[in-house]
Amino acid sequence: MAEPARAKPKPTPETQHFWDGTQAGELRLQRCDACANVYFPPRPFCPSCASRKVSVFKASGRGTLYSYVINHRPAAPGFTPPYAIAIVELDEGPRMMSNIIDCPQTPEALELDMKLEVAFEKLDDKITLPLFRPAKG
Amino acid sequence: MRRNQVAVVGAAETTELGVIPNMSQIQLHADAALNAIADAGLKLSDIDGIATAVETPQQIAHYLGITPTWVDGTSVGGCSFMLHVRHAAAAIEAGLCKTVLITHAESGKSMIGKQPRSTPADSLNGQFEQPFGVYGPPSMFPIPVLRYMKTHGITHEQIASVAVVQREWAAKNPRATMKDPITVADVLNSRMIAYPFRILQCCLVTDGGGALILTSADRAKDFPRKPVYILGTGESVETPMVSQMKTFDSSRAFKVAGPMAFKEAGIAHRDVDHLMIYDAFAHLPLYGLGDLGFMPHEETGKFIADGNTRPGGKLPLNTNGGGLSYMHSGMYGMYALQESVRQMRGIAPAQVQGAKISVCHGVGGMFAASGTIIFTNER
Repeated sequence: MAEPARAKPKPTPETQHFWDGTQAGELRLQRCDACANVYFPPRPFCPSCASRKVSVFKASGRGTLYSYVINHRPAAPGFTPPYAIAIVELDEGPRMMSNIIDCPQTPEALELDMKLEVAFEKLDDKITLPLFRPAKG
Repeated sequence: MRRNQVAVVGAAETTELGVIPNMSQIQLHADAALNAIADAGLKLSDIDGIATAVETPQQIAHYLGITPTWVDGTSVGGCSFMLHVRHAAAAIEAGLCKTVLITHAESGKSMIGKQPRSTPADSLNGQFEQPFGVYGPPSMFPIPVLRYMKTHGITHEQIASVAVVQREWAAKNPRATMKDPITVADVLNSRMIAYPFRILQCCLVTDGGGALILTSADRAKDFPRKPVYILGTGESVETPMVSQMKTFDSSRAFKVAGPMAFKEAGIAHRDVDHLMIYDAFAHLPLYGLGDLGFMPHEETGKFIADGNTRPGGKLPLNTNGGGLSYMHSGMYGMYALQESVRQMRGIAPAQVQGAKISVCHGVGGMFAASGTIIFTNER
């Protein structure tokens, strides 16, 4: 029997551009053409000024570690505990949940405000997840 | 809303609390409702308004045999019942109904007649949180804690002291699930759940329920129990995604609902004799003390660790033992309200002598929603 798999996102019309982006190796955010607000998660209008004139752009993929837990139990399907569930503050402003790879999953290694960069993990032909690793240099 | 125009005239929990393997969730609602109706000296036919969460008002109304003219199915998590009290008070004042029954029950432990919670893969939570390993409240609710601690200079020992102090209150309460004394070291050596939180900093998982009956303050004097008046109320919501909170060093929903209730009540913090802050996890009382304006966030950890909220302290907090030690069926807000009402009636197991004002603050989801009710026993 196959191992239970990690929960997989199912895109909607409003979020498809984000998931197309991760598949193409890009972290895509949206910016309001009227008030310049950068926001996440995706939606076709600005949650700050309600303008429907918004643009999708490629984010830098850089951010910092805002907060996290190291989950021990119960573990989600597809995860081997202990694993960190992290909140990344992107350089462009918005925050997103992710996981930290290439890093021990310990309080000592996971320092708040450490610099991170995006990495992409392909789940299948349709879905690639944006994960983060400690920034080089 | 005007002060002291509506009162709680009936209040009761389910006959049993804890593990109740012989009752379905809907029957737990009925058990609590029948106890509250008896407490108020009413008949089922006297009830013309009904509010509940998770289960629908039509489900509970039909099961109990009630024909309401006002219903509220607000379901925003564990503080839904604070919002029901606020909405019911407004409805009674507006003349939409006269006598409202609010019920909560959950077969949280035994899971009899309870739908499991699920997150659709195409919801925003399903797309932007679920794939990263969140799995139930213990993996989500503590996510803001490390940032809160760093911003405000709070220590692990201070947060552990929340559980220690609440166990002291629970020891005075025969109905509390956990009564044995614990130390800060016990908390910090207990089993790791989601760093930085260990099992003794996470709420219990139990079965149970509770119900309240509200009517106009003018009618309340004719009821058998001492009326408990609604002095002030507040509510708000922020986001269903913990990752998208505006900031982690404070809760926006708390900061809207709490001060709104204080303003409506026309009281200052020094007037508060008794305080309930919904404690699904040990950090919530710290957020509550700060966001409700009792003190700067920087002082909340020390305030609790120094014993100010313990029995005999200057601000008695979570006097039933809280979600950490009393009980927690999943949506704890109803039990916080029950304890506030007991304290205002003067019948709590760990009664705060002479208490006249009780503040009851609830959270829903992972800081997703909030409701605050301020009670008094003087009109």
